Amino acid sequence: MIHFTVNGKPHSVDVPKDTPLLWVLRDHLRLTGTKFGCGESFCGACTVHIDGKPAKACSVEVGGMAGKSVTTIEGIQGAVIEALRATWAELDVPQCGYCHSGQLMRAAALLAGNPKPSDEQIDTAMNGNLCRCATYQRIRDGIHAAAQRLSA
Amino acid sequence: MNTLQDPARRDFIKAGAALGAGLTLGFHLNSARAAKLSLPTPAGEAFAPNAFIRITPDGAVTVLVKHLEMGQGVNTGLPALVAEELEVPWKDIRVESAPADHTLYNNLLWGPMQGTGGSTAMANSYAQLRKAGATAREMLKEAAAQSWKVDRAGLKAEAGFVIDPASGRRLSYGQLAQAAALLEVPDQVELKAAKDFKVIGKGFKRTDTQAKSDGSALFGLDLYLDGMLTAVVARPARFGDKLKSFNTDKALAVPGVKAVFATPAGVAVVATDTWSAIKGREALTLEWEPGPGAGLSTESIFASYRDLAKKPGAVARDDGDATKALAGAAKKIGAEFEVPYLAHAPMEPLNCVAHVKEDGCDIWTGDQFQTGDQRNAAQVLGIAPEKVRIHTMFAGGSFGRRANTQSDYIVEGVAIAKRMGVPVKTMWTREDDIHGGFYRPCYLHTLEAGLDDKGHPVAWKHRIVGQSIVAGTSFEGGMVKNGVDHTSVEGASSLPYAIANLHVDLHSPKLPVPVLWWRSVGSTHTAFATEVFLDELAHAAGADPVEFRRKLLKEHPRHLGVLNLAADKAGWGKPLPTGWGRGVAVHESFNSYVAEVVEVSVKPDGEFKVERVVCAVDCGIAVTPDVVKAQMEGGIGFGLAAALHSAVTLKDGRAVQSNFDDYRVLRMKEMPRVEVHIVASEAPPTGVGEPGVPPIAPAVTNALFAATGKRLRKLPLGTKVV
Ligand code: FES
Ligand code: FES
Repeated sequence: MIHFTVNGKPHSVDVPKDTPLLWVLRDHLRLTGTKFGCGESFCGACTVHIDGKPAKACSVEVGGMAGKSVTTIEGIQGAVIEALRATWAELDVPQCGYCHSGQLMRAAALLAGNPKPSDEQIDTAMNGNLCRCATYQRIRDGIHAAAQRLSA
Repeated sequence: MNTLQDPARRDFIKAGAALGAGLTLGFHLNSARAAKLSLPTPAGEAFAPNAFIRITPDGAVTVLVKHLEMGQGVNTGLPALVAEELEVPWKDIRVESAPADHTLYNNLLWGPMQGTGGSTAMANSYAQLRKAGATAREMLKEAAAQSWKVDRAGLKAEAGFVIDPASGRRLSYGQLAQAAALLEVPDQVELKAAKDFKVIGKGFKRTDTQAKSDGSALFGLDLYLDGMLTAVVARPARFGDKLKSFNTDKALAVPGVKAVFATPAGVAVVATDTWSAIKGREALTLEWEPGPGAGLSTESIFASYRDLAKKPGAVARDDGDATKALAGAAKKIGAEFEVPYLAHAPMEPLNCVAHVKEDGCDIWTGDQFQTGDQRNAAQVLGIAPEKVRIHTMFAGGSFGRRANTQSDYIVEGVAIAKRMGVPVKTMWTREDDIHGGFYRPCYLHTLEAGLDDKGHPVAWKHRIVGQSIVAGTSFEGGMVKNGVDHTSVEGASSLPYAIANLHVDLHSPKLPVPVLWWRSVGSTHTAFATEVFLDELAHAAGADPVEFRRKLLKEHPRHLGVLNLAADKAGWGKPLPTGWGRGVAVHESFNSYVAEVVEVSVKPDGEFKVERVVCAVDCGIAVTPDVVKAQMEGGIGFGLAAALHSAVTLKDGRAVQSNFDDYRVLRMKEMPRVEVHIVASEAPPTGVGEPGVPPIAPAVTNALFAATGKRLRKLPLGTKVV
């Protein structure tokens, strides 16, 4: 049994320790907002926050999660994600939308640590999050707009 | 009160003909089918005047979308057509995916089949859904007219209400729904004039952004049913290999693994959850019998293509006498272009949830060819197609991969589910996806051209070598003419430039590598070869690339329109910083016209970056202008990935690449600033999902030539000019 917190609620799972956190979230806890894109840490579709820091859930073994706290797209709260969601809606950022749970989790972590990122800082922070629909320009614009909202 | 009474049983929509498609398709509804359409609402209460609209007494207006939402915006653009004619505020529109039904939901441009592709969703729905909306509007007005005992002609529909301007009375659509459901469906309705549009062409928002920002949007992968198992399949690493033997002992010993068995494609491992299935598959011992693809390599394929290119192929176009004109030309140039196999690599790996029961089969997936998949699944199960119920989910991209006449990932999932007797989700990993074939074919292009002594092109000879996408599929009859697969030559055989002697021919060699259409199909490679080669001609003529094209496009106003708009907005001819270059390409695909002007910066060591893309698009009436822009931005980014990075190469019959580390796609840092300008138009709308893709590779290549004087002719380009 591994005990950890997900979106503020305690969970205990009885699965092999090498199971990636991604599959525990999806298959066992049915939190399907976190997506599978590559399974190898190349795409960022599975980005969640572990103890407040962005992490790729496909490449984190659940065995190491004891006592930790996970936040997913379903559970994230606060002014930063609200601002991002508002600008995502304003600019209609997603296309297929499959990558956007990961994009938003990564962007939220960026803005939490850097309230006014430059284009270059955004590009660097977001470079691990692939979007096959190439919504990158609107992601960039959406992050800038959210930063502006937060500072207003 | 019933949903629909008998009067509805008549044809009332004839859309394709109005769009010049040469296809007239009527449909009718009967009560039984209407009841099926009304599944989620209490039967007998909804007003469902046709297969696309449902209005319930609570006033909710639901639009059923027959196409797959895979990012291109059909769940926004198609409901907008209904909202416009029905006079419903945008915020009150709800959207649902229509069930698979070939009597109601065919693609009017290339059916009979319910399916999405060829950038046809808007083009084939524009008349159909406007008429559907207008019909519902008039019936609601009639219901009000009867209740007020006045003439319908004097009434107005506005923002979800029917209003009697004479008396100021009003009734909401919800209040009128039940009465309207009893009325005859009118044969003729008047559509709104463009000047009265409140939705079409205006700045409304997508219907799916919120769900795609809070994790609630459901893709096929997100479906979990009670008692569901998860399967992965071990398929051969070489195309055409057959399973010789396999040992299941170790796989079955993996906790969670429930069953291991052979399928037509390989060996399925079924488990309680994804990770157990993946681990079970890793524990399999498999032996494969080498098939016809065992020795294939990218080098051997291109070597054989070069041999073929020496011989004449099947003729796709033959104007004048290109051979003679070339022989007599003052200046001759020739070039060869190469493009690789490409995987679609949609962000959501393929998956299919299926449940086979006594009374039929349910399938949940991001389904692009609904009725084709329905037929194929029915065949596997030996049941009638109507017994296969397809639930179309959001697709995390497709780019053509899900539009497969063989329904590969669906029939496989259905066969596994049948064997298990419980719901099964068959999952593909990213490696399965990249190794799985159904690639955009690799192609070799050889081109020769001649200029007269004034620098005017007088001869153009173009030979294309590459696998046919439609050979052996149900599309072959319609798409292969005189040995020419239209999808191999489109964009080349339709070259718009005024060159009197023009010859295009094609070789379609057969290989055991499965191939498929990939966002913008033939134009993915024909635009690259033709637009780069045309630039070479401009250079040989000592002409400016835009000026050169303008002269040759005099008879093609829509090409010219986008070319001029893009050149103007990009500041064509204005000075650039040192090391920078500008390139242009213009191309029509799926009846939409796109020009792109690219600026690249090149460092002294040859490392380059695509800095800015100015795009002009003419897609007829832009129903959803912001979606049009988004599709151009996305198409440019998607095309840029292939221009710079992506390739599946074969070695010893195997795909060398396996995941996003070696099958590289575009990342954030490489996304240029894209500006999109839409040409104002009154022509019927044409597609935007694909046409943004073709011009980017040649425009980048041409910009690199402008910056460095080096002419690149092979994709992917990489990020360095050597
Ligand atoms: S699925 Fe985790 S990084 Fe791709
Ligand atoms: S929106 Fe489709 S992958 Fe990003």
